[in-house]
Amino acid sequence: MAEVFDVAVVGAGPAGVAAACRVAERGARVALVDEGFRPGGQIYRHREGRAPAAIGEWMARLARLKVDVIHRTAVHDALRLDGKFQLRAESVHLEARKIVLATGARELLLPFPGWTLPNVFSAGGLQALVKSGLEVAGKPVVIGGSGPLLLPVAATLAKAGAKVELVCEQARRASLARALPWLARSPRKLAEALSYQAAFGPSRYRTSTWISEAIGTDRLEAVVTNSARRVSCDFAGVSFGLVPNVELAVLLGCELRDGFVVVDRRQQSTVPGVFVAGEPCGIAGVDGALGQGLVAGDAACRDVTVTADVEAARGWYEYKPPPLLRSFALRHEVLELARADTVVCRCEDVRLSRFDPEWSAREAKLATRASMGPCQGRICGPALDAILGYGADCVRCPAKPATFESLLIPEDRK
Amino acid sequence: MADSVTIRVDGREIRAGSDTTVAVALINAGVWTFRTSVTGEPRGPVCGMGVCFECRVAIDGVEHVRACMEPVRDGMEIDTGG
Repeated sequence: MAEVFDVAVVGAGPAGVAAACRVAERGARVALVDEGFRPGGQIYRHREGRAPAAIGEWMARLARLKVDVIHRTAVHDALRLDGKFQLRAESVHLEARKIVLATGARELLLPFPGWTLPNVFSAGGLQALVKSGLEVAGKPVVIGGSGPLLLPVAATLAKAGAKVELVCEQARRASLARALPWLARSPRKLAEALSYQAAFGPSRYRTSTWISEAIGTDRLEAVVTNSARRVSCDFAGVSFGLVPNVELAVLLGCELRDGFVVVDRRQQSTVPGVFVAGEPCGIAGVDGALGQGLVAGDAACRDVTVTADVEAARGWYEYKPPPLLRSFALRHEVLELARADTVVCRCEDVRLSRFDPEWSAREAKLATRASMGPCQGRICGPALDAILGYGADCVRCPAKPATFESLLIPEDRK
Repeated sequence: MADSVTIRVDGREIRAGSDTTVAVALINAGVWTFRTSVTGEPRGPVCGMGVCFECRVAIDGVEHVRACMEPVRDGMEIDTGG
């Protein structure tokens, strides 16, 4: 068996990079495992040599340090074994004394007629593609759904030269206004929001507005809004909030509360030795993720006290959803956009009419194959919970698609 | 483009920036359908970060590769089934 790391960090977004750097700076042996081919995750996604300063600094810090970065590796199982932890992936089984989970979040997608057409993306998905070089200059795009994320996404598109025709926010103006006192106490957040709006044009941002249908034959041609306005567009990005990626935490037995991993002041979960940083323990944005990553990195090192500066960088320890997120509570109308023949589970093409509202997630899975495809319910699971109240199903190994061979323990492999 | 690569998509040659993903290269070249769903619908990338598996293509004979997670390499053969 290969060496045992002091700490293995899963996820190379801001939280994971911060944690790995901190562990390496403490002189401990650390592995950083990530699905991507370059560190950064989503917020810090960048192209070689074209990273903005904040990202560049973290990437340089990571590159300087002795961190074993293992790219293009999806962890499909995490378990306790002989007083250590083991992370299993397609090509590697890693052992470590402590684990930091920095697995980030995905987006909440809600089904609506036409949402499966090519060129209808999630909002963050469209942003990710643009950051990776998608050419959008001069092309009409529509952003829709709900939440603070729509603003930076629309700004990224506008800066890349796209014609941002419309940004549809389902929340009512009055609901968003309730977040203003909170925003006023966070001048930096307010300035950020205004600069995003300035990038794409404040008049394009419409509250109480949603995309009720995407139209096209073999790809997106237009969207129709709830006020029956038809807007021609080449690309659309639609999502309704964030869903924490807690699968590995659940496999390790960590306790959840309201869907988030419960952590203490040191970012330690209810399972000793398993630390969690970033969105899995609460949607807190990039600053929260970096701070929590530093704390988790410190705390995961043996006999190390979390230092005051690091503690201060995190700012808080008990997660409460910021009032801002409550302002984006979903209206019933956007939960009722799918028609009887609208696909809900995209992997298995299970349409809304197949689902019985009385079912649980498990019953739906057994009866329809919903969530049994390669995404393993990561997309339709939260959608079915939102629109039909199914709740979450359990998590089992493999948490990501894996070959049979990779499921064998190494000694059994040929 | 000095830093570009040539890849083949369903037999057609396309040029792509060397520092991008297969998903981006295909859409930039006007290929929007990456796979056909189990009931025959055209599908393309959605999440752009390896979660949804809608952008699966065959690359150099390997099936079910997520195009959004795969950097382009010169000479790559991509099959969308189309």
